[in-house]
Amino acid sequence: MASAAKRLEAVSGTPASQIAFDGVTLVLGGKTIIENLSLGVPPGEFLCIVGASGCGKTTALRLAAGLYQPTSGKVNFDGQPMHEPRREIAIVFQDYGKALLPWRTAAGNVSLALEAGGMPSAERLARIEELLRTVGLPGHAGKYPSEMSGGMQQRLQIARCLAQEPKTLLMDEPFGALDAMTRQGLQDEVLSLVAASGATVIFVTHDLDEAIYLGDRIIGLLPHPGRIGIELSVNLPRPRDQLSTREHPEFLRLRRQLFDFIKATEQ
Amino acid sequence: MTANSAKALVLPLAVLVAFEIWARATHLQSDSLAPPSEIVMALFGAFADLSILAATRDTLFSAFAGLAIGTTIGLAFGIAFGISDTLDRLMEVTVEAIRPIPSIALLPIALIALGFGYRMEIVIVAFACVWPVLILSRAAVRSIEPRLMEVARALRLPPAQRVWKIIIPAALPRIFVAFRLSAGIALIVAVTVEIAINPLGLGAGIMLAQQALRPDLMLAYLVWIGVIGYALNILLVVAQIRLFGRAALSGDSA
Repeated sequence: MASAAKRLEAVSGTPASQIAFDGVTLVLGGKTIIENLSLGVPPGEFLCIVGASGCGKTTALRLAAGLYQPTSGKVNFDGQPMHEPRREIAIVFQDYGKALLPWRTAAGNVSLALEAGGMPSAERLARIEELLRTVGLPGHAGKYPSEMSGGMQQRLQIARCLAQEPKTLLMDEPFGALDAMTRQGLQDEVLSLVAASGATVIFVTHDLDEAIYLGDRIIGLLPHPGRIGIELSVNLPRPRDQLSTREHPEFLRLRRQLFDFIKATEQ
Repeated sequence: MTANSAKALVLPLAVLVAFEIWARATHLQSDSLAPPSEIVMALFGAFADLSILAATRDTLFSAFAGLAIGTTIGLAFGIAFGISDTLDRLMEVTVEAIRPIPSIALLPIALIALGFGYRMEIVIVAFACVWPVLILSRAAVRSIEPRLMEVARALRLPPAQRVWKIIIPAALPRIFVAFRLSAGIALIVAVTVEIAINPLGLGAGIMLAQQALRPDLMLAYLVWIGVIGYALNILLVVAQIRLFGRAALSGDSA
């Protein structure tokens, strides 16, 4: 409750943004994907981005990751312009099967992030074990991704991102390919991981319920070109609960509002 | 495996038996043909006086040395061209101009520059082995899952680690296929050089047998070269499955 109040304060106040889009436009292959997007994400906020498919939500996330550079405008991280990806920003891709190294075990995949950070090999083993335990994969260190279920592979990718000790966690429809039960379990785990680490999160999803359940704030994008169409604060108590939160009148009100918005954009 | 391979053996065996019977019935006298039984006897003879073993050693030494050199060069350029579009475009004309030259056409130059012997043969084999490895490893690097390269970027993996930890392991299954192709080519080119001009190895053995009017020995060499080529391929296929079973599978689906 207390942390939720603090989060809301952070949203309504105007603290320095950790990630700030300032009039960002992105043109790819002659097509304007994102137009004049301005957006500030304060430290510790859980921001969800929703929108119809093709509205540029994944592209916005890649801009935040530094994987794309804006055609005009700028993306700042902690007040500094981003010209390339940074170690403080980790990105969880939707297609975990392609983002993991198939020739490395679970431990080896986590190790890659530690190796990139220059951690001496003597310290890695203990850290890997700790990270795998954090994401609920203890005892799977020796398994290859192909031997793991989709949910386990996505946990593994999250562990690799946590190994970066990110200030900002970017998630691109991370649970889109998982079944409903696995998805709900992972939603709660991400919430508790984020609460523990205090990381800022930008979470892209096409699942409106998921966005309301997870977020402090939700941004709905309009397509062709991508721009902000709606912005909602989520005044739901934390910690969230799969049953009571989803039955909360505020949850249902936001759900209605978001569905109406998406329906209107699709016409 | 067993039942099917047994069936596959029926036809060749029948042909061999028929040929043997025909050769004996007609009292075959030929400079180019010999009945299977005489070929087998000649092969035993060549093993007994160790001549075929020495020739095998010479040919395999040249072929493997050329293969090793050619693969190394091809791999280095292939990976570099696969990573850098600029470098690839810069070198494209050069590569496409040199590549179609049949390696054996270099024989006269190599002979003048290096003389008879291993060195000349190794250089020609190496030239032939560069291209399959270069072309296929370039394509392999190009077709690496883009997501993996993004992961490398997001993790801020330094360039050397990117090559060593992402690019080479991801491309290795396809690079090994290129290596298998080149291994076959190495054997072919080595024997060809020996038949054409170089007085050593299995190719020279065939030429000597032919000039001595020994079709049985000539065909024995031929059979033996076939056995070596077959064994080499089996060896490499087994190695491929052992080494890359898992990675090769994931590479196919990507």
